[in-house]
Amino acid sequence: MTMTNVHTNIAADAHPVEMLLNMGPQHPSTHGVFRLVLWIDGEKIVRAEPHIGYLHRGSEKLCEGEQYHQVITLFDRLDYVANFNNEWAYCRAVEKLMGLTVPERAEYARVILGELNRVASHLLYVGTMGLDAGAMTPTMFCFRGRERIQALFEAVSGARMMHNYFRIGGLKEDLPENFVQMVKDLMPLLRQDVEESDKILTFNEIFLARLKDVGAISPQEAISYGFTGPCLRGCGVDYDVRKAHPYSVYDRFTFEVPLGLDGDCWDRHWVRVQEMYQSLNIVEQALQQMPQGPVTSSLGRRLLRPPKGEVYVRGENPRGELGVYLISDGTDKPYRVKVRPPSFCNLSAIQHLLQNAWIADSVIILGSLDIVLGEVDR
Amino acid sequence: MADASNSQPAVPSPKPHAAAPGHGPAAEQGTDRLSPAGKDFLAAVQEALKDFHPQPGALFDLPQVHVESKDILEVCRRAKTDAKLQMEMLSCLAAVDYKDHLQVVYFLYALSLGQTLVIKTDLPNEAPRLSTVTSLWAAADWYEREAHDLFGVVFDGHPALTPLLLYEGFEGRPGRKDFPFHDYQEF
Repeated sequence: MTMTNVHTNIAADAHPVEMLLNMGPQHPSTHGVFRLVLWIDGEKIVRAEPHIGYLHRGSEKLCEGEQYHQVITLFDRLDYVANFNNEWAYCRAVEKLMGLTVPERAEYARVILGELNRVASHLLYVGTMGLDAGAMTPTMFCFRGRERIQALFEAVSGARMMHNYFRIGGLKEDLPENFVQMVKDLMPLLRQDVEESDKILTFNEIFLARLKDVGAISPQEAISYGFTGPCLRGCGVDYDVRKAHPYSVYDRFTFEVPLGLDGDCWDRHWVRVQEMYQSLNIVEQALQQMPQGPVTSSLGRRLLRPPKGEVYVRGENPRGELGVYLISDGTDKPYRVKVRPPSFCNLSAIQHLLQNAWIADSVIILGSLDIVLGEVDR
Repeated sequence: MADASNSQPAVPSPKPHAAAPGHGPAAEQGTDRLSPAGKDFLAAVQEALKDFHPQPGALFDLPQVHVESKDILEVCRRAKTDAKLQMEMLSCLAAVDYKDHLQVVYFLYALSLGQTLVIKTDLPNEAPRLSTVTSLWAAADWYEREAHDLFGVVFDGHPALTPLLLYEGFEGRPGRKDFPFHDYQEF
């Protein structure tokens, strides 16, 4: 096999006055294994070239070799800080294809777990954003809050991450007996954690100076790049899958969709912080409405052979719209699974965003996109 | 016992693979799952794209049209600019290997209408070529590179069709059905 030496080629076509700066693949600010090659002129980025694929495991191809229930574990490993949301989108795709109805209790449990997962994911984002901007303390607050949520997830599913708890047609097993009380006890603590991280960071003068008017993108460009989630809403575009195409029981809750104004890093940050409050509101409503009853439909535990056909579902992940395109040929394994990862589209704009930016801002811009390389590379 | 097992083939002969789904008019899903708004939208799509003779259908509950691969750029441009379609966003681009041919599936989304349009086009297995749509949606850039990596679809006019998910020098098209499942290449 021939391997071309990438470094030599790049050095050859760099302009004499430009310097070449390599960030990553192992670099704390790249939030995973992501390599960024920057051509810089002084402190200014002339051109940026992202390199992804270091975490490419061929998840979509692997799905074709697993039975329908086994695929759930692969979806856990896509966006590995929002596992429940991933499992959910996949399960919904199969359920839609088979025409399964999920028991009410399972739907509410999914909403509660999914929204808490959103809070956990956003807390991780806020913490690392603080680190990227040079603040150490908020990280500690955020991780404390995230740890509380993960302890709850462990009590529910047995694992802090990679839960493998959702099943096609419901859940693996019923929630723990004291689940409602556990979440109720958790809510004031979580609110406190979110508020603390909000107060210490969002309107901090240094933080504002680092994030405001940095990495701005217009709504038209954002739509063209396929931005979804907080990145798109940061530009003021009102698109949330939970509102636009309500799935599960989302139409029974009242919540707002926070929108930014300028589409810069700070607006994306602000949208995420506000979303945490909204998610906690949804959890509180869901706790009140959650009925007793079964958590799995009768078909859920059998070997599944969905009818021939194809389906596309979308779900609102913490990072944006997760789409699952599932093709079934009538056997016990999917014929093709295509994932539309939100981070993939959000990250594809990095070249555009870094054009003519300062080097010091590159880390902020990358951080504000809140990527997870597990789903970018799949 | 031994006789009985001898009469059976030791390894069950592989059943001929079930006809790939979504291929041919027989497998085409009916439009009965479409919502009334979806049916109206599909009619508007047919009207707007009538120059390209689209075959209407439905991808479960989403309006879908099937077009010739040579028309794809013009169809996409019409879908984006037509006042009744307004497909501002390329949600997803998927390549599917149906063994006897490849299929490229575009999931377009109109934010203002809340409607999704699925555009499908078939390509031959050998030397599949398609016009790029990067001039319409910036999101197509990485999607097309991914489809090129994993399925070998060549997008004519793409600014830089370099490997995205795979490393330089990787041989084979790992997304395709004929790529060995448990095969490793030394990096």
